[in-house]
Amino acid sequence: MNMFQNKKKWVALFLGPALLILAFVLIYPSVQTVILSFMDQQSEHFVGIKNYIYAFTNRDMLISFRNNLMWLIFFTAGTVGVGLILAILTDKIKYEKFAKSVIFLPMAISFVGAGVIWKFVYTFRPPGSKQIGLLNQLMITLGLQPEGWLIQGPWMNNLSLIFVGIWIWTGFCMVILSASYKGIPKDMLEAGRVDGANEWQVFRHIIFPTMKPTIAVVATTMVVNVLKIFDVVYVMTNGNYRTEVIANRMYKEMFQYRNFGRASAIAVVLFVFIIPVIIMNIKRMKGEES
Amino acid sequence: MNLRKTSSRIFLNIIILLFMLIWVLPTLGLLITSFRPEEAVSNSGWWTVLNNPLKFTQFTLENYKQVLGSAGMDTAFRNSFFIAIMGTLLPVMAAAFAAFSLAKIEFKGRGLAYALIVGLLVVPLQLTFIPILKIFNILGIAGTFPGLWLVHTGYGLPFAVFMLHNFFVSLPDDLFEAAYIDGASMWTVFYRLALPLSIPALASLIIFQFLWVWNDLLVALIYLGGNRSVAPLTVRLSSLVGSYGQDWHLLTAAAFVSMIVPLIIFFSLQRYFVRGILAGSVKG
Amino acid sequence: MKKILALSTGFILLTCLLLSGSVLAQDDGKVSVMGVWGGQELEAFNKMIEPFEVATGIDVQFEGTRDLPTLLTTRLQAGNPPDVVQLTGLGMMKGHAQEGDLVDLTKVFDMDTFKKDYDQKWIDLATYNDGMYGLYISADVKSLVWYNPQAFAENGYKIPTTWDELKALTDKMIANGQTPWSIGLESGAASGWPGTDWIEDILLRTAGPEVYDKWVAHDIPWTDDRIKEAFQIFGNIARDSKQVWGGPITVLSTNFGEAANPLFDNPPKAYLHRQASFITSFIKDNNPDLEAGKDFDFFPFPPIKKELGTPVLGGADMISMMNDNEEARKFMNYLASPGAQTIWIAELGKIGVNNRINPNVYPDSITRKIAGVLSNASVFRFDGSDSMPAAIGSGAFWQGILDYVGGTSLDSVLNNIEQTADETYTTGAATD
Repeated sequence: MNMFQNKKKWVALFLGPALLILAFVLIYPSVQTVILSFMDQQSEHFVGIKNYIYAFTNRDMLISFRNNLMWLIFFTAGTVGVGLILAILTDKIKYEKFAKSVIFLPMAISFVGAGVIWKFVYTFRPPGSKQIGLLNQLMITLGLQPEGWLIQGPWMNNLSLIFVGIWIWTGFCMVILSASYKGIPKDMLEAGRVDGANEWQVFRHIIFPTMKPTIAVVATTMVVNVLKIFDVVYVMTNGNYRTEVIANRMYKEMFQYRNFGRASAIAVVLFVFIIPVIIMNIKRMKGEES
Repeated sequence: MNLRKTSSRIFLNIIILLFMLIWVLPTLGLLITSFRPEEAVSNSGWWTVLNNPLKFTQFTLENYKQVLGSAGMDTAFRNSFFIAIMGTLLPVMAAAFAAFSLAKIEFKGRGLAYALIVGLLVVPLQLTFIPILKIFNILGIAGTFPGLWLVHTGYGLPFAVFMLHNFFVSLPDDLFEAAYIDGASMWTVFYRLALPLSIPALASLIIFQFLWVWNDLLVALIYLGGNRSVAPLTVRLSSLVGSYGQDWHLLTAAAFVSMIVPLIIFFSLQRYFVRGILAGSVKG
Repeated sequence: MKKILALSTGFILLTCLLLSGSVLAQDDGKVSVMGVWGGQELEAFNKMIEPFEVATGIDVQFEGTRDLPTLLTTRLQAGNPPDVVQLTGLGMMKGHAQEGDLVDLTKVFDMDTFKKDYDQKWIDLATYNDGMYGLYISADVKSLVWYNPQAFAENGYKIPTTWDELKALTDKMIANGQTPWSIGLESGAASGWPGTDWIEDILLRTAGPEVYDKWVAHDIPWTDDRIKEAFQIFGNIARDSKQVWGGPITVLSTNFGEAANPLFDNPPKAYLHRQASFITSFIKDNNPDLEAGKDFDFFPFPPIKKELGTPVLGGADMISMMNDNEEARKFMNYLASPGAQTIWIAELGKIGVNNRINPNVYPDSITRKIAGVLSNASVFRFDGSDSMPAAIGSGAFWQGILDYVGGTSLDSVLNNIEQTADETYTTGAATD
């Protein structure tokens, strides 16, 4: 839209406050981080790309990259996929609000609470003694052996952690996707069905194209989430048993080991990873405008 | 035909109920655990109470008594409210303005501003603690609520702008042009047209932002410190546990105590998630 | 509707501002303390400071968090550290003393009195580069093996006093179809630490305190044969499902606070549990019916090489000072007094380190017995992992323990820790 008067004044008034706050709270610390990433532990001497060499060669960092990739694939697919399915399916049932509330519930639980909850799911006790973890009780009921869900890797423990992430974030995806789904005019869906299309065809040709921008927003948010994923891992394994992730590594270097150079370099690596995602979003935005 | 419809209906319900079961079971386990005495928790699974659920002697209110009865809980609740309410309203308001201008006004540098804000989504909060706290100390707002509101606003803005921008973009341009031709100012268009139309989006955003701020422990700890007079509920509850994790079982009850408020917010705003609000008004 | 909304928003804003204003208005005469204590510990701390607040009118403001390193690092960097801080280890104290964050306490206390109150070993343990940077208010003894006296009596087992006797005892248990040990290494974000205590206790007994000190200072590398041997002795127990209840997976996934429970099952699932004195509070919480001394008791972790005796490994609650002001000085002097420490010790069943503490304050016979172990110790060493830089002591070492128990080869584990040590230590003869 290009017809308002005093455009500059309105832009300054509308966008100004947000940019000002962001400049202080996020942009200024980010710039400082980039500078610190080339400095030593105490931010006193310039060390060139030493910290970056560490970030790309250290054993724990390499494990983190692998695990973040696993998170990227399974967490994003799980949250967006299940969120989308539930957003559409719950629209068809009478107890919609109740069902959605149940799925949303984990979002309302603090991470410390979530850590305790999943302890009672994954806890391992040796065969022959009373299990207090739900999953291992289930295994025994099925005649199988109990497993150390959070210990045996690399697939089992990482997927167990990722599932906790999915459990928490699916409600988020569902709420946003559901709002978008409900924005599709009912007659549009009905028209498709009257024309004899089955549900899958209605989804592919009407629902999905209409919801695509929202799905992109939700997926982007989840991808960003994955890159920053920290709380779940910190609370449940603290990266032990090779479940380390990049953000937890950064937290340790920063606050426990007080190596500001390394922590900053790891953060800059995160920035770099997000660039393709930003470019995709800009392209999408430009595409929608034309 | 009718049979097929019925069977697909049953199938649909089974799928949804299955998801609900998977999602609710862990939390149900925590709820039951929060009513069990400590020695029972470490000796048998929570589902064992279901063998004879009416045997009330196996339950105890002790955990809740200890959590709610500990000193300063009322202050902690009040602090959490002050923090979460402003920590939600400020970023949502600032984001609504920013997202509207990015979505509906064409100006030079718009793409850049948008890219910048989306890019800031990835900044790990932990990195910002030290630089910001340094400035807070100079300004004298370390350990105060306004300082905390400011950082929560900054932390919440990128996602809020990202989400609302997507929403505003989807609103048809001709709607706004028509209003403009009728002589409305930018403010009027935003306030009378864009905001009411975006109630579902705003409602979900408010829920998320409120949840994050309400459940936040680390940010509050960093900017407020653990001082009782300003500490929110999360900080207060975490100090129920000893340095080696003694009394961690109190966290079960604590989790539910701190969950109540976010759930009330969710339930009361859920009524805005209904079909038609958007469709009807756009057409009309 | 909208007006109401705007009005109420304005109202909320105003109240919030007023409220924060009242928070800002803090008077002087206060001392800020940061620590990791919570729950009962926090209650005991509050009891301890009460007489001080009443007597001096100084307000003690405690900030507690189990994420102490995070909060402390941030506040130090931002320039407003707490006046007084509870540091969680010697490594942390050295690091902060090196960076000039701590106040030399020899200038705070009347050292003549202080030297009468404290044995030289406690002063030495708090000294770094000619300054004393920490005050110990209580100790925990770590070299203890817990057992169930009833189960021992039923089986006719005797308390072992040497490593050979201990081996004979565990062999007998295995021959009887029993599992000797119970170990739990899980401890949330700090998982692995109980294993580091094992290594330290063994190393003190196989190589002696001098080698131990060199190892902590990184004067000898992690790949040294003596370190390797200590890991192997631990691994022979923790990695063997005959020796330890449930085998390695159970060891890794059992919370340390619940690891003593199998001793009190009927019949017991395990018979021995090596853990510090503070485990008693967990035993009592998890099994409220048990009586100290009758249903559970301990013996000192036996010596391995006779010539090295029975050294004692321990931890201690250490307080350091970050801002030199009148209130903080008064408070530190109060904490150094036997009066303050008596309250703290009696509340929590910890062991006193001040010579003027009356042994009658200990709540039960077990605590008195532990205090005896500490005062009779020929050699006392501070927890090694707590004395190393955090990247090792609460990083690579913890992780190494978990990896080793989980099945990773010992050489790879030790090489990995050594690599991190090389990157972390700035001094130490073994640092490349």
